[in-house]
Amino acid sequence: MDYEFSALVKFFPFFLPAALMTIKITIAGILMGLILGLLTAFCRISNNRLLNIPAGIYVYIIRGTPLLLQLLFIYYGLRGLFGFEAFTSAFLGLGIHNGAYISEIFRGAIQSIALGQMEAARSLGMTYQKAMVRIILPQAFKRAIPPLGNQFIIALKDSSLASAITINELLLKSQQLYSANFMMMEMLTVAALFYLLYTSIFTWMFNKIEEKLAVSGSR
Amino acid sequence: MIKVKGLEKWFGDLHVLKEIDLVVNPSEVVVIIGASGSGKSTLLRCINFLERFKKGIIEIDDVVIDNNNEKMINKMRTHVGMVFQHFNLFPHMTVLQNVIEGPTQVKGLPKKDAVEVGRYYLEKVGLSDKEGSYPSMLSGGQKQRVAIARAMAMEPSVILFDEPTSALDPELVGEVLAVMKNLAKEGMTMVVVTHEMGFAREVADRVIYMDDGRIVEEGCPTKIFDDPQMERTKEFLSQIW
Repeated sequence: MDYEFSALVKFFPFFLPAALMTIKITIAGILMGLILGLLTAFCRISNNRLLNIPAGIYVYIIRGTPLLLQLLFIYYGLRGLFGFEAFTSAFLGLGIHNGAYISEIFRGAIQSIALGQMEAARSLGMTYQKAMVRIILPQAFKRAIPPLGNQFIIALKDSSLASAITINELLLKSQQLYSANFMMMEMLTVAALFYLLYTSIFTWMFNKIEEKLAVSGSR
Repeated sequence: MIKVKGLEKWFGDLHVLKEIDLVVNPSEVVVIIGASGSGKSTLLRCINFLERFKKGIIEIDDVVIDNNNEKMINKMRTHVGMVFQHFNLFPHMTVLQNVIEGPTQVKGLPKKDAVEVGRYYLEKVGLSDKEGSYPSMLSGGQKQRVAIARAMAMEPSVILFDEPTSALDPELVGEVLAVMKNLAKEGMTMVVVTHEMGFAREVADRVIYMDDGRIVEEGCPTKIFDDPQMERTKEFLSQIW
Protein backbone atom coordinates (compact mmCIF):
# COMPACT_ATOMS: atom_id res chain seq x y z
CA MET A 1 0.00 0.00 0.00
CA ASP A 2 1.30 3.42 -0.89
CA TYR A 3 1.35 6.03 1.81
CA GLU A 4 1.47 9.57 0.48
CA PHE A 5 2.97 11.95 2.99
CA SER A 6 2.22 14.88 0.75
CA ALA A 7 -1.50 14.14 1.20
CA LEU A 8 -1.19 15.01 4.88
CA VAL A 9 -0.20 18.56 3.99
CA LYS A 10 -2.51 18.81 1.02
CA PHE A 11 -5.66 17.82 2.89
CA PHE A 12 -4.78 19.51 6.16
CA PRO A 13 -6.81 22.68 5.37
CA PHE A 14 -9.93 20.61 4.66
CA PHE A 15 -9.87 19.42 8.27
CA LEU A 16 -9.83 22.86 9.89
CA PRO A 17 -13.62 23.37 10.18
CA ALA A 18 -13.96 19.82 11.53
CA ALA A 19 -11.18 20.44 14.05
CA LEU A 20 -13.04 23.52 15.19
CA MET A 21 -16.26 21.50 15.52
CA THR A 22 -14.49 18.84 17.59
CA ILE A 23 -13.15 21.37 20.07
CA LYS A 24 -16.49 23.19 20.16
CA ILE A 25 -18.57 20.16 21.14
CA THR A 26 -15.83 18.95 23.48
CA ILE A 27 -15.63 22.20 25.41
CA ALA A 28 -19.42 22.65 25.45
CA GLY A 29 -19.78 19.08 26.72
CA ILE A 30 -17.12 19.58 29.38
CA LEU A 31 -18.60 22.86 30.62
CA MET A 32 -22.05 21.36 30.88
CA GLY A 33 -20.50 18.27 32.46
CA LEU A 34 -18.71 20.38 35.09
CA ILE A 35 -21.87 22.20 36.14
CA LEU A 36 -24.02 19.08 36.05
CA GLY A 37 -21.27 17.09 37.77
CA LEU A 38 -20.90 19.52 40.66
CA LEU A 39 -24.66 19.74 41.22
CA THR A 40 -25.01 15.96 41.05
CA ALA A 41 -22.12 15.47 43.47
CA PHE A 42 -23.84 17.74 46.00
CA CYS A 43 -27.10 15.85 45.55
CA ARG A 44 -25.38 12.51 46.02
CA ILE A 45 -23.71 13.47 49.30
CA SER A 46 -26.90 15.07 50.59
CA ASN A 47 -28.92 13.27 53.25
CA ASN A 48 -32.10 14.33 51.46
CA ARG A 49 -33.49 11.34 49.56
CA LEU A 50 -35.30 13.56 47.09
CA LEU A 51 -31.87 14.71 45.98
CA ASN A 52 -29.59 11.72 46.38
CA ILE A 53 -31.82 9.04 44.87
CA PRO A 54 -32.48 10.79 41.52
CA ALA A 55 -28.79 11.73 41.34
CA GLY A 56 -27.85 8.10 41.96
CA ILE A 57 -30.21 6.90 39.23
CA TYR A 58 -28.79 9.42 36.76
CA VAL A 59 -25.23 8.26 37.37
CA TYR A 60 -26.32 4.60 37.28
CA ILE A 61 -28.02 4.92 33.89
CA ILE A 62 -25.39 7.05 32.21
CA ARG A 63 -22.41 5.04 33.43
CA GLY A 64 -24.20 1.79 32.65
CA THR A 65 -24.95 2.46 28.98
CA PRO A 66 -22.68 3.29 26.01
CA LEU A 67 -22.23 6.90 24.99
CA LEU A 68 -22.94 6.00 21.36
CA LEU A 69 -26.31 4.63 22.40
CA GLN A 70 -27.01 7.76 24.45
CA LEU A 71 -26.21 10.01 21.52
CA LEU A 72 -28.45 8.04 19.15
CA PHE A 73 -31.18 8.01 21.78
CA ILE A 74 -31.10 11.78 22.17
CA TYR A 75 -30.67 12.54 18.47
CA TYR A 76 -33.26 10.19 17.01
CA GLY A 77 -35.48 9.76 20.05
CA LEU A 78 -35.79 13.17 21.61
CA ARG A 79 -35.32 15.18 18.46
CA GLY A 80 -38.88 14.43 17.44
CA LEU A 81 -40.14 15.58 20.82
CA PHE A 82 -38.11 18.75 21.25
CA GLY A 83 -36.80 19.44 17.79
CA PHE A 84 -33.10 19.36 18.71
CA GLU A 85 -30.54 20.04 16.01
CA ALA A 86 -27.63 17.65 15.67
CA PHE A 87 -25.32 20.07 17.46
CA THR A 88 -27.72 20.47 20.38
CA SER A 89 -28.07 16.69 20.63
CA ALA A 90 -24.30 16.23 20.65
CA PHE A 91 -23.85 18.99 23.21
CA LEU A 92 -26.53 17.53 25.49
CA GLY A 93 -25.36 13.96 25.02
CA LEU A 94 -21.72 14.72 25.78
CA GLY A 95 -22.66 17.08 28.63
CA ILE A 96 -24.96 14.58 30.32
CA HIS A 97 -22.43 11.81 29.82
CA ASN A 98 -19.51 13.84 31.20
CA GLY A 99 -21.66 15.11 34.06
CA ALA A 100 -22.15 11.60 35.39
CA TYR A 101 -18.42 10.86 35.41
CA ILE A 102 -17.42 14.28 36.67
CA SER A 103 -19.95 14.02 39.53
CA GLU A 104 -18.16 10.90 40.70
CA ILE A 105 -14.83 12.73 40.51
CA PHE A 106 -16.18 15.60 42.62
CA ARG A 107 -17.98 13.29 45.04
CA GLY A 108 -14.81 11.28 45.60
CA ALA A 109 -12.73 14.43 46.05
CA ILE A 110 -15.18 15.98 48.51
CA GLN A 111 -15.49 12.79 50.52
CA SER A 112 -11.72 12.33 50.60
CA ILE A 113 -11.31 15.52 52.64
CA ALA A 114 -10.88 14.46 56.26
CA LEU A 115 -14.03 14.72 58.38
CA GLY A 116 -12.04 16.79 60.87
CA GLN A 117 -11.96 19.68 58.39
CA MET A 118 -15.74 19.95 58.39
CA GLU A 119 -15.82 19.56 62.18
CA ALA A 120 -13.21 22.26 62.71
CA ALA A 121 -15.14 24.64 60.46
CA ARG A 122 -18.46 23.84 62.13
CA SER A 123 -16.90 24.22 65.59
CA LEU A 124 -16.12 27.84 64.68
CA GLY A 125 -19.85 28.36 64.14
CA MET A 126 -19.88 28.09 60.34
CA THR A 127 -22.97 26.78 58.60
CA TYR A 128 -22.65 23.58 56.55
CA GLN A 129 -22.85 25.58 53.33
CA LYS A 130 -20.19 28.06 54.37
CA ALA A 131 -17.88 25.30 55.58
CA MET A 132 -18.36 23.56 52.23
CA VAL A 133 -17.52 26.67 50.21
CA ARG A 134 -14.68 28.03 52.36
CA ILE A 135 -13.00 24.89 53.67
CA ILE A 136 -13.98 21.68 51.84
CA LEU A 137 -14.37 22.69 48.19
CA PRO A 138 -11.03 24.51 47.78
CA GLN A 139 -9.26 21.38 49.01
CA ALA A 140 -11.51 19.04 47.03
CA PHE A 141 -11.01 20.93 43.75
CA LYS A 142 -7.30 20.55 44.09
CA ARG A 143 -7.64 16.80 44.51
CA ALA A 144 -10.07 16.65 41.59
CA ILE A 145 -7.61 18.22 39.12
CA PRO A 146 -5.71 15.05 38.02
CA PRO A 147 -8.84 12.92 37.44
CA LEU A 148 -10.56 15.90 35.77
CA GLY A 149 -7.64 16.21 33.34
CA ASN A 150 -8.11 12.55 32.56
CA GLN A 151 -11.84 13.03 32.01
CA PHE A 152 -11.27 16.03 29.71
CA ILE A 153 -9.02 13.94 27.48
CA ILE A 154 -11.59 11.14 27.43
CA ALA A 155 -14.30 13.70 26.58
CA LEU A 156 -12.24 14.96 23.67
CA LYS A 157 -11.85 11.49 22.19
CA ASP A 158 -15.47 10.58 22.95
CA SER A 159 -16.59 13.55 20.86
CA SER A 160 -15.67 11.44 17.82
CA LEU A 161 -18.80 9.38 18.50
CA ALA A 162 -20.86 12.44 17.56
CA SER A 163 -19.91 11.54 13.98
CA ALA A 164 -22.68 8.95 14.24
CA ILE A 165 -25.26 11.71 14.61
CA THR A 166 -24.02 13.70 11.60
CA ILE A 167 -21.78 16.13 13.47
CA ASN A 168 -19.07 17.08 11.01
CA GLU A 169 -16.17 16.65 13.35
CA LEU A 170 -12.69 15.20 12.76
CA LEU A 171 -13.57 11.54 12.40
CA LEU A 172 -16.57 12.09 10.12
CA LYS A 173 -14.53 14.50 8.03
CA SER A 174 -11.76 11.95 7.53
CA GLN A 175 -14.34 9.32 6.58
CA GLN A 176 -15.93 11.64 4.05
CA LEU A 177 -12.56 12.46 2.52
CA TYR A 178 -11.21 8.92 2.29
CA SER A 179 -14.41 7.59 0.77
CA ALA A 180 -13.77 10.05 -2.06
CA ASN A 181 -9.95 9.89 -2.40
CA PHE A 182 -9.36 6.36 -1.03
CA MET A 183 -6.42 7.59 1.08
CA MET A 184 -7.82 6.07 4.26
CA MET A 185 -4.57 5.88 6.26
CA GLU A 186 -3.55 9.41 5.34
CA MET A 187 -6.92 10.91 6.27
CA LEU A 188 -7.03 9.03 9.59
CA THR A 189 -3.50 10.22 10.28
CA VAL A 190 -4.48 13.85 9.87
CA ALA A 191 -7.40 13.36 12.27
CA ALA A 192 -5.11 11.56 14.72
CA LEU A 193 -2.61 14.42 14.61
CA PHE A 194 -5.35 16.90 15.49
CA TYR A 195 -6.44 14.74 18.44
CA LEU A 196 -2.84 14.48 19.61
CA LEU A 197 -2.43 18.24 19.34
CA TYR A 198 -5.54 18.79 21.47
CA THR A 199 -4.60 16.23 24.10
CA SER A 200 -1.12 17.80 24.29
CA ILE A 201 -2.69 21.19 24.95
CA PHE A 202 -5.00 19.72 27.62
CA THR A 203 -2.13 17.92 29.31
CA TRP A 204 0.03 21.04 29.28
CA MET A 205 -2.82 23.13 30.70
CA PHE A 206 -3.47 20.71 33.52
CA ASN A 207 0.19 20.48 34.41
CA LYS A 208 0.25 24.27 34.68
CA ILE A 209 -2.82 24.28 36.91
CA GLU A 210 -1.34 21.60 39.15
CA GLU A 211 1.95 23.48 39.41
CA LYS A 212 0.15 26.66 40.31
CA LEU A 213 -1.94 24.97 43.00
CA ALA A 214 1.13 23.26 44.42
CA VAL A 215 2.78 26.65 44.94
CA SER A 216 -0.14 28.36 46.66
CA GLY A 217 -0.49 26.33 49.79
CA SER A 218 0.67 22.78 50.04
CA ARG A 219 -1.27 19.75 51.18
CA MET B 1 -21.44 28.29 82.16
CA ILE B 2 -21.96 24.70 80.97
CA LYS B 3 -24.65 22.52 82.49
CA VAL B 4 -25.17 18.95 81.33
CA LYS B 5 -28.17 17.11 82.75
CA GLY B 6 -29.09 13.46 82.28
CA LEU B 7 -27.15 13.02 79.04
CA GLU B 8 -27.57 9.65 77.31
CA LYS B 9 -25.87 8.81 74.04
CA TRP B 10 -25.95 5.72 71.85
CA PHE B 11 -23.86 4.74 68.84
CA GLY B 12 -26.31 2.28 67.31
CA ASP B 13 -26.79 -0.31 70.05
CA LEU B 14 -23.75 0.85 71.97
CA HIS B 15 -24.65 2.91 75.01
CA VAL B 16 -21.68 5.27 75.21
CA LEU B 17 -22.83 7.93 77.68
CA LYS B 18 -24.99 7.11 80.68
CA GLU B 19 -26.71 9.58 82.98
CA ILE B 20 -24.07 12.24 82.63
CA ASP B 21 -24.47 15.28 84.88
CA LEU B 22 -21.80 17.91 84.71
CA VAL B 23 -21.46 21.56 85.61
CA VAL B 24 -18.56 23.73 84.55
CA ASN B 25 -18.30 27.10 86.26
CA PRO B 26 -16.75 30.25 84.78
CA SER B 27 -12.93 30.28 84.89
CA GLU B 28 -12.88 26.67 85.97
CA VAL B 29 -10.49 24.15 84.44
CA VAL B 30 -12.09 20.71 84.34
CA VAL B 31 -9.96 17.78 83.25
CA ILE B 32 -11.63 14.55 82.16
CA ILE B 33 -9.56 11.38 82.40
CA GLY B 34 -10.33 7.76 81.69
CA ALA B 35 -9.40 4.82 79.48
CA SER B 36 -9.98 4.78 75.71
CA GLY B 37 -13.61 4.06 74.98
CA SER B 38 -14.81 5.43 78.31
CA GLY B 39 -16.81 8.12 76.51
CA LYS B 40 -14.78 11.16 77.52
CA SER B 41 -14.22 12.47 73.98
CA THR B 42 -17.83 11.77 73.08
CA LEU B 43 -18.98 13.77 76.09
CA LEU B 44 -16.79 16.69 75.02
CA ARG B 45 -18.14 16.49 71.47
CA CYS B 46 -21.71 16.45 72.73
CA ILE B 47 -21.15 19.73 74.54
CA ASN B 48 -20.76 21.62 71.24
CA PHE B 49 -23.15 19.29 69.41
CA LEU B 50 -20.60 17.75 67.07
CA GLU B 51 -22.27 14.61 68.38
CA ARG B 52 -26.03 14.58 68.70
CA PHE B 53 -27.64 12.73 71.59
CA LYS B 54 -30.97 11.06 72.31
CA LYS B 55 -31.67 12.23 75.83
CA GLY B 56 -30.56 14.97 78.15
CA ILE B 57 -30.19 18.70 78.34
CA ILE B 58 -27.20 20.87 77.64
CA GLU B 59 -27.30 24.44 78.80
CA ILE B 60 -24.62 26.90 77.77
CA ASP B 61 -24.49 30.42 79.19
CA ASP B 62 -27.98 29.87 80.64
CA VAL B 63 -29.45 28.88 77.26
CA VAL B 64 -30.83 25.39 76.77
CA ILE B 65 -29.53 24.31 73.36
CA ASP B 66 -32.16 22.80 71.09
CA ASN B 67 -30.94 19.71 69.22
CA ASN B 68 -32.95 20.62 66.13
CA ASN B 69 -32.15 24.31 65.95
CA GLU B 70 -29.11 24.62 63.68
CA LYS B 71 -29.10 28.37 63.98
CA MET B 72 -28.95 28.21 67.76
CA ILE B 73 -26.22 25.57 67.62
CA ASN B 74 -24.12 27.66 65.24
CA LYS B 75 -24.49 30.67 67.50
CA MET B 76 -23.58 28.61 70.58
CA ARG B 77 -20.45 27.34 68.83
CA THR B 78 -19.11 30.87 68.44
CA HIS B 79 -18.90 30.94 72.27
CA VAL B 80 -17.50 27.43 72.63
CA GLY B 81 -14.04 26.93 71.15
CA MET B 82 -12.72 23.49 70.29
CA VAL B 83 -9.19 22.15 69.93
CA PHE B 84 -8.85 18.74 68.29
CA GLN B 85 -6.42 15.88 68.74
CA HIS B 86 -5.38 16.08 65.09
CA PHE B 87 -5.32 19.90 64.97
CA ASN B 88 -7.59 20.06 61.89
CA LEU B 89 -5.96 23.23 60.62
CA PHE B 90 -7.10 24.34 57.17
CA PRO B 91 -4.20 23.25 54.94
CA HIS B 92 -5.02 25.62 52.09
CA MET B 93 -4.73 28.68 54.31
CA THR B 94 -1.77 30.34 55.97
CA VAL B 95 -1.46 30.37 59.75
CA LEU B 96 -2.91 33.89 59.97
CA GLN B 97 -5.73 33.03 57.54
CA ASN B 98 -6.58 30.01 59.69
CA VAL B 99 -6.80 32.19 62.78
CA ILE B 100 -8.92 34.96 61.21
CA GLU B 101 -11.26 32.62 59.30
CA GLY B 102 -13.74 32.41 62.17
CA PRO B 103 -13.73 36.10 63.11
CA THR B 104 -14.17 37.27 59.50
CA GLN B 105 -16.50 34.57 58.15
CA VAL B 106 -18.63 33.87 61.20
CA LYS B 107 -18.52 37.02 63.31
CA GLY B 108 -18.30 39.31 60.29
CA LEU B 109 -15.34 41.24 61.66
CA PRO B 110 -13.68 43.52 59.05
CA LYS B 111 -10.47 41.92 57.78
CA LYS B 112 -8.27 44.68 59.22
CA ASP B 113 -9.65 44.20 62.74
CA ALA B 114 -9.53 40.42 62.43
CA VAL B 115 -5.86 40.54 61.44
CA GLU B 116 -5.17 42.58 64.56
CA VAL B 117 -7.03 40.05 66.71
CA GLY B 118 -5.30 37.17 64.93
CA ARG B 119 -1.82 38.59 65.44
CA TYR B 120 -2.57 39.22 69.12
CA TYR B 121 -3.42 35.56 69.70
CA LEU B 122 -0.59 34.26 67.54
CA GLU B 123 1.76 36.24 69.74
CA LYS B 124 0.13 34.69 72.79
CA VAL B 125 0.96 31.20 71.53
CA GLY B 126 4.44 32.32 70.51
CA LEU B 127 4.03 31.98 66.75
CA SER B 128 4.12 35.57 65.49
CA ASP B 129 6.92 34.69 63.09
CA LYS B 130 4.86 31.93 61.44
CA GLU B 131 1.83 33.89 60.33
CA GLY B 132 2.63 33.52 56.62
CA SER B 133 3.49 29.82 56.81
CA TYR B 134 1.21 27.02 55.70
CA PRO B 135 0.30 24.32 58.24
CA SER B 136 2.32 21.68 56.38
CA MET B 137 5.48 23.66 57.18
CA LEU B 138 4.89 23.50 60.96
CA SER B 139 5.75 20.94 63.60
CA GLY B 140 2.94 19.18 65.44
CA GLY B 141 3.38 21.37 68.49
CA GLN B 142 3.26 24.52 66.38
CA LYS B 143 0.16 23.25 64.58
CA GLN B 144 -1.63 22.68 67.86
CA ARG B 145 -0.65 26.13 69.11
CA VAL B 146 -2.11 27.63 65.91
CA ALA B 147 -5.27 25.61 66.53
CA ILE B 148 -5.45 27.06 70.04
CA ALA B 149 -4.96 30.58 68.64
CA ARG B 150 -7.71 29.88 66.09
CA ALA B 151 -10.10 28.89 68.88
CA MET B 152 -9.10 31.88 71.02
CA ALA B 153 -9.51 34.37 68.17
CA MET B 154 -13.25 33.79 68.37
CA GLU B 155 -12.97 35.06 71.96
CA PRO B 156 -15.10 32.21 73.28
CA SER B 157 -16.29 31.88 76.85
CA VAL B 158 -15.04 28.30 77.08
CA ILE B 159 -12.59 26.13 75.13
CA LEU B 160 -12.94 22.36 74.82
CA PHE B 161 -9.70 20.41 74.35
CA ASP B 162 -10.02 16.90 72.91
CA GLU B 163 -6.75 15.11 73.71
CA PRO B 164 -4.72 18.06 72.47
CA THR B 165 -1.32 16.42 72.98
CA SER B 166 -2.08 12.79 72.10
CA ALA B 167 -0.94 13.11 68.48
CA LEU B 168 2.31 14.88 69.34
CA ASP B 169 5.86 13.60 69.56
CA PRO B 170 6.84 13.52 73.24
CA GLU B 171 9.29 16.41 72.95
CA LEU B 172 6.53 18.69 71.57
CA VAL B 173 3.97 18.08 74.30
CA GLY B 174 5.52 20.62 76.67
CA GLU B 175 5.08 23.67 74.45
CA VAL B 176 1.37 22.96 73.99
CA LEU B 177 0.77 22.34 77.68
CA ALA B 178 2.63 25.57 78.49
CA VAL B 179 0.23 27.53 76.28
CA MET B 180 -2.72 25.82 77.94
CA LYS B 181 -1.37 26.57 81.41
CA ASN B 182 -1.10 30.25 80.48
CA LEU B 183 -4.66 30.22 79.25
CA ALA B 184 -5.83 28.68 82.51
CA LYS B 185 -3.90 31.26 84.48
CA GLU B 186 -5.65 34.06 82.59
CA GLY B 187 -8.98 32.68 83.73
CA MET B 188 -10.17 30.92 80.56
CA THR B 189 -12.85 28.33 81.23
CA MET B 190 -11.53 25.02 79.93
CA VAL B 191 -12.73 21.44 79.63
CA VAL B 192 -9.80 19.19 78.80
CA VAL B 193 -9.82 15.53 77.86
CA THR B 194 -6.27 14.32 78.30
CA HIS B 195 -3.92 11.54 79.32
CA GLU B 196 -1.43 14.10 80.73
CA MET B 197 -1.82 13.38 84.43
CA GLY B 198 0.91 15.87 85.34
CA PHE B 199 -1.07 18.63 83.63
CA ALA B 200 -4.28 17.50 85.32
CA ARG B 201 -2.66 17.57 88.74
CA GLU B 202 -1.06 20.94 88.23
CA VAL B 203 -3.72 22.91 86.34
CA ALA B 204 -7.11 21.34 86.97
CA ASP B 205 -9.56 22.79 89.44
CA ARG B 206 -11.52 19.59 89.16
CA VAL B 207 -10.75 16.15 87.76
CA ILE B 208 -13.43 13.84 86.43
CA TYR B 209 -12.78 10.13 86.04
CA MET B 210 -14.96 8.39 83.46
CA ASP B 211 -15.38 4.68 82.84
CA ASP B 212 -17.84 2.78 80.65
CA GLY B 213 -19.83 5.92 79.77
CA ARG B 214 -20.31 7.07 83.36
CA ILE B 215 -18.74 9.68 85.55
CA VAL B 216 -17.31 7.45 88.27
CA GLU B 217 -15.68 10.02 90.47
CA GLU B 218 -14.92 13.71 90.49
CA GLY B 219 -13.08 16.08 92.76
CA CYS B 220 -10.03 18.26 93.15
CA PRO B 221 -6.82 16.76 91.71
CA THR B 222 -5.26 15.93 95.06
CA LYS B 223 -8.36 14.01 96.08
CA ILE B 224 -8.62 12.05 92.82
CA PHE B 225 -4.94 11.31 92.41
CA ASP B 226 -3.88 10.80 96.04
CA ASP B 227 -7.03 9.54 97.68
CA PRO B 228 -9.43 8.05 95.13
CA GLN B 229 -12.55 6.56 96.71
CA MET B 230 -13.77 4.25 93.99
CA GLU B 231 -12.19 0.90 93.21
CA ARG B 232 -12.26 1.54 89.44
CA THR B 233 -10.50 4.89 89.82
CA LYS B 234 -7.77 3.29 91.92
CA GLU B 235 -7.31 0.56 89.35
CA PHE B 236 -7.08 3.03 86.43
CA LEU B 237 -4.60 5.25 88.24
CA SER B 238 -2.45 2.30 89.28
CA GLN B 239 -2.22 1.29 85.63
CA ILE B 240 -1.00 4.62 84.35
CA TRP B 241 1.46 5.64 87.04
